[in-house]
Amino acid sequence: MMTEPIRIAIRVALAAVICALPLFSNAYWTDVCVSIGLYALLSLSLNIILGQAGIFHMGHAAFFAVGAYVTAILNTLCHWPIFWTMPVAGAAAALFALLVARPIIHLRGDYLLIVTIGIVEIVRIALINDVFGLTGGANGIFGISRPSFFGFKIVKGIQFYYLVWGMVAVSLLLFYGLWHSRFGRALNYIKEDDVAAEGCGVNVTQYKLMAFVLGAFWAGMAGTLYAAKMTTISPESFSFMESVIIFAVVILSGGSQIGVLISAFLFIGLPELLREFSNARMLIFGLAMMIMMVWRPQGLLPPRRRRYHVKSLMENENGDGSGPGPGSPEAGSALAVESDVQAAGGRPA
Amino acid sequence: MGPDLCGSSGGIALLPAGLPGNRSVARVQRFMEQFLQQLLNGLAVGGIYALVALGYTMVYGVLKLINFAHGDLFTIGAYLGLTLLVSCNFSGMLSPMLAVLAVFVMVALLVAIIGFLLERTAYRPLRNANRLSAVVSALGASIFFQNAIMLIYGARFYVYPDYLRPDFTVHLFGLAVPGVRLLVIAASVILMLGLWAFIQRSRTGAAIRAVAIDPGAAQLMGINVDRIISLVFLIGPGLGGAAGLMVGIYYGQIDFTMGWTYGLKAFTAAILGGIGNIPGAMIGGLLLGVIEALAAGYIAIAWKDAIAFFVLILILIIRPTGILGERTADKL
Repeated sequence: MMTEPIRIAIRVALAAVICALPLFSNAYWTDVCVSIGLYALLSLSLNIILGQAGIFHMGHAAFFAVGAYVTAILNTLCHWPIFWTMPVAGAAAALFALLVARPIIHLRGDYLLIVTIGIVEIVRIALINDVFGLTGGANGIFGISRPSFFGFKIVKGIQFYYLVWGMVAVSLLLFYGLWHSRFGRALNYIKEDDVAAEGCGVNVTQYKLMAFVLGAFWAGMAGTLYAAKMTTISPESFSFMESVIIFAVVILSGGSQIGVLISAFLFIGLPELLREFSNARMLIFGLAMMIMMVWRPQGLLPPRRRRYHVKSLMENENGDGSGPGPGSPEAGSALAVESDVQAAGGRPA
Repeated sequence: MGPDLCGSSGGIALLPAGLPGNRSVARVQRFMEQFLQQLLNGLAVGGIYALVALGYTMVYGVLKLINFAHGDLFTIGAYLGLTLLVSCNFSGMLSPMLAVLAVFVMVALLVAIIGFLLERTAYRPLRNANRLSAVVSALGASIFFQNAIMLIYGARFYVYPDYLRPDFTVHLFGLAVPGVRLLVIAASVILMLGLWAFIQRSRTGAAIRAVAIDPGAAQLMGINVDRIISLVFLIGPGLGGAAGLMVGIYYGQIDFTMGWTYGLKAFTAAILGGIGNIPGAMIGGLLLGVIEALAAGYIAIAWKDAIAFFVLILILIIRPTGILGERTADKL
């Protein structure tokens, strides 16, 4: 069992490596790292839906596409600066997610998976068919301007690197807080046993929808960054395969944040290292998914189980009926009670 | 779409030259003719969907697993058919019709073996695991197959040689129907009837039905569940592979990603008919083919590939059990 200082040291070291990386790498590798960052961002946003709430959602590229296209349209037609379009792109993706998820949210695991695949295909076909006359058909939209930050224009790969990874860092912090909040606990509870969660007064439909909307909001903002980085977007960038890659990154990561970063690197960075096998990379990717499920179905690094001090819980017990109360999640003493037990008895503390 | 197979091929020339003042009758007649052509085209495509959907629905019936790799087994069928017909020159040794028939059987057998091996390696170790692990494994298998085909054959599309397509036209109630369309419909109907008879009449068929209802009880009754599952993974992919060959001959053009679209549409068909239900998959497939052909012909051809997904979402919202599916206690 690792102690807390070691964990913190590992995180600081990782952050330092990520900060220093572009200083030692050439333009090509910086670009690769930018796309690792974008995938990490998308995977972190999908992780709320798939990793935390256990909703099998394989249409994340659709929300990503909505965000990217909103940015591209606002930028090229209305000449909005890129950063101004970011919240709008996120909100548009979130609204879209709310509209499409509301009628299907009650579907069970694999049915939902199929429907979300259907949604991503419909979005792609709609984009190709130039829906509303705004999306530019199969050619997409080009001539998206570079983002500028208080007059400082972001053009070079290294500048994008810090922009994207800065965004990843912000997301990591926010989602870490989210995971330890009442909201995060509710999502985990739904993942373990949604019937029991419903029975304990968790509004399952509402929480699932919130997870969807939040994940879509983040994917939409990632879309803004993508559009700004590429300056050209086309429907083929948001194909079903993109959804599969993001999905696989989250599944293989196991659901922890560090796991997501590692598996984003494995999926996007490793194929670049193995250039000579680049044709076979998707083949290996599929094989890895099969082997992973047989060998280690919980993923590379599943999140640590939540731990609570029974003693401290009993001391400041003040009638907080439904929630598990203000437990300190870092503790690891003998009195700690594991909360995410298997389906049968998953009641926190 | 292959050359001149989409709807209004030919037929119009057969119309009696419209008498003056008789234009509206001619228009109605032309409309009917186009409608019937679209209907037949829909039935042909629907028959193919139904054959693929049978694989999904049978596997779902016994394992409660969506076999995502099924669409790619279908693609493998199409490519194997091409290889056997052209590279191994079966079509040179026999007359085209006989060659196609022989290859049809061979493709079905080969793809059945691949399906059998797939179940052994990718699904059997996960039999007792989380249901969704098996789904991910199936997705992995699908990506694997798709890329394996791409690596072996290259990332371009292939064309089935023209002389393999039966080149006769049948005049049916004043309609000029391409013979290949009727043959595809006939082949899929014969295969479906055969399967239906097997499932309903034979002892093994009864065992398959029993395992689908309750594997545990079936085992207690002395049915070897593992063997039944293997058998299902032989029959389903076999039919799917045969359907792949049929698509190759009907449309003339195949590519390594076609398994996804056909697979998802066939899966939609399976849900439409009620997943796990064998006659349901047949009806669902034919119905989806007809809906798609009519919608593409009369609403918007550009949205052709999206129509199936709209149908899928609608059916899951309105009636998740499908047309013939029984109501289960399971909350969908």
